[in-house]
Amino acid sequence: MNVVDWVVLVGTMVGIAAYGAWRTRDIRSLNTYLRGRPSTGWGTIGVSVMATQASAITFLSIPGQGFESGIGFVQNYFGLPLALIIVCAVFLPVYRRLNVYTAYEFLGRRFDEKTRLLGAALFLLQRGLATGVTIYAPAIILSTVLGWRLDLVIVFTGVLVIIYTVTGGSAAVGLTHKWQMAVIFGGMATAFVVLLAKLPADLGFSGAAHVAGALGKLNAVDVSLDPSRRYTLWTGLFGGLFLSLSYFGTDQSQVQRYIGGASLREGRLGLMFNAVLKIPMQFFILLLGALLFVFYQFEPAPLFFNRAEWQRHAEGPAASRLQTLEAHYAAAVGDTQAAIRAWLEARASAHPEAEGAARAAMVAAHQRADRLRAEAKAALLAVDSRAKTKDSDYVFITFILSKLPHGAIGLLVAVMFAAALSSKASELNALGTTTTVDVWRRLRPLAADDEARNVRVAKRFTALWGVFAIGFALFAGFAENLIEAINILGSIFYGVMLGIFLVAFFLRHVGGDAVFTAAVAAQALVIVMFFSLNIGYLWYNLIGCAACLAFSLLLQSLMGTRTPSGAVRGA
Amino acid sequence: MKRPPAEKRSDAEPPGLPGCRTWRGLYLIVFGWFALVVLLLAAFSRFYS
Repeated sequence: MNVVDWVVLVGTMVGIAAYGAWRTRDIRSLNTYLRGRPSTGWGTIGVSVMATQASAITFLSIPGQGFESGIGFVQNYFGLPLALIIVCAVFLPVYRRLNVYTAYEFLGRRFDEKTRLLGAALFLLQRGLATGVTIYAPAIILSTVLGWRLDLVIVFTGVLVIIYTVTGGSAAVGLTHKWQMAVIFGGMATAFVVLLAKLPADLGFSGAAHVAGALGKLNAVDVSLDPSRRYTLWTGLFGGLFLSLSYFGTDQSQVQRYIGGASLREGRLGLMFNAVLKIPMQFFILLLGALLFVFYQFEPAPLFFNRAEWQRHAEGPAASRLQTLEAHYAAAVGDTQAAIRAWLEARASAHPEAEGAARAAMVAAHQRADRLRAEAKAALLAVDSRAKTKDSDYVFITFILSKLPHGAIGLLVAVMFAAALSSKASELNALGTTTTVDVWRRLRPLAADDEARNVRVAKRFTALWGVFAIGFALFAGFAENLIEAINILGSIFYGVMLGIFLVAFFLRHVGGDAVFTAAVAAQALVIVMFFSLNIGYLWYNLIGCAACLAFSLLLQSLMGTRTPSGAVRGA
Repeated sequence: MKRPPAEKRSDAEPPGLPGCRTWRGLYLIVFGWFALVVLLLAAFSRFYS
């Protein structure tokens, strides 16, 4: 990065944060601080929902996913539009009618205070622990490739997001989201155009897409019923619906983005904006990765994209083995390139038999190169069992730093930071709000009418969560296996949380005592199963939800019919 | 804590989009768009495979 890149990076990041803090510095109203400006329109809400979900990892990892495994990952988002329609039709009208600040406040109105506290506690535990990862995960990648100090990257991003989120609360978060998404869209479009321009002149987009397709990178829809396949139409529709419903319907970091706004209409249109745009957006990010794959068939490609990790071992006892693998890989890439050219010529000649033979040769050459990449990772693990062998996260950033012109490099690094800040801001905002509204106000009921004090307390809790996130991210560097543990923790709690909300919305005869006991029992069941069974942790989302629903129905039938006095109108 | 008054009859407010008079109609259009996107993705995969 040169001076121009630094000016673009620091200018956009600090400029947006300063603008957000400055424009919202005079907010004194608790309602505006927690829910954003009352005049917020659907465009701002829609962009804010999108920015909350799109973290830096989205833009670092998903192109790598497209490079490594193709665009099939897009199916993961197939349940999202359906979930958003359900949230619009069922969840959002009730949240607005009850005039709540948090989703867990709704549980208090629908059931009782203990169920509300349980929901808030599950959210604070899960999101609070995950909050450090949102800063740490992109920081480790960016600091590795850019050679920056990891702790400084963590502290810089953490302090920046704390400043404007604490100053303007939800209003600042929504305002900065708009500009951060503008940087993100501008940067990604720039990268896409540069990539297309750098593909071989005789190939173009169509030729590159044909090559990617022939090598299995463009299978967007898989209707297979094989349960061993990770991404299919069915896992996307059912698993994606389930995950999206719990994320958009019950996670305060999302709920807070759409319960504000000028009216119910604005919130609904903001969510529909995401329902329409999310799949095409993810498709283009994955397509970028698939085209990067083709690009690196015609350019000298590193055998292993995390060069810092590779160099760390390249001078050790495995040096000669790694050098041999690199030499073999360079030859294999050359063979693949020649095979691709031969296939393109055979394809143009319109001789099906020649085309078929050339395609088989191309696929075989590509598989040889792929095997060498797998051998390289095995070689790294052989010398260091803790070596970081997942290098797909480094593919896009490697392209950015080595192939983009100066200025564009700064813009693309700004994309990563903008995405990190946008998702982090929503999390801190939600954690501060939930701690204030669902926990602190329960302990200080007499302070409920003191609006200025409520705003002050919300600011302090937001700052406190920010400091906690920075501390946790700094600590995560010493205990990397914590990150996976936290992702697993999310799946362990998300299912039960969704179960509580589904009971609240759809099983109107079930009361607070039944759902509370059922949720605790379902959570205990999930934890016991987690420690005693060996199944994919995503299944615990489904198990937790189903157990909560079933136990609630069972317990309510044992307890007898609930009196209707506890019911919330419209819930 | 002062809260703005809760909304009343907010469902009565239409989407206000051209060709879309009810929320149910909008949800159907979004669902149709989703189905179209999946079909287009399938066609894209098939064309380039």
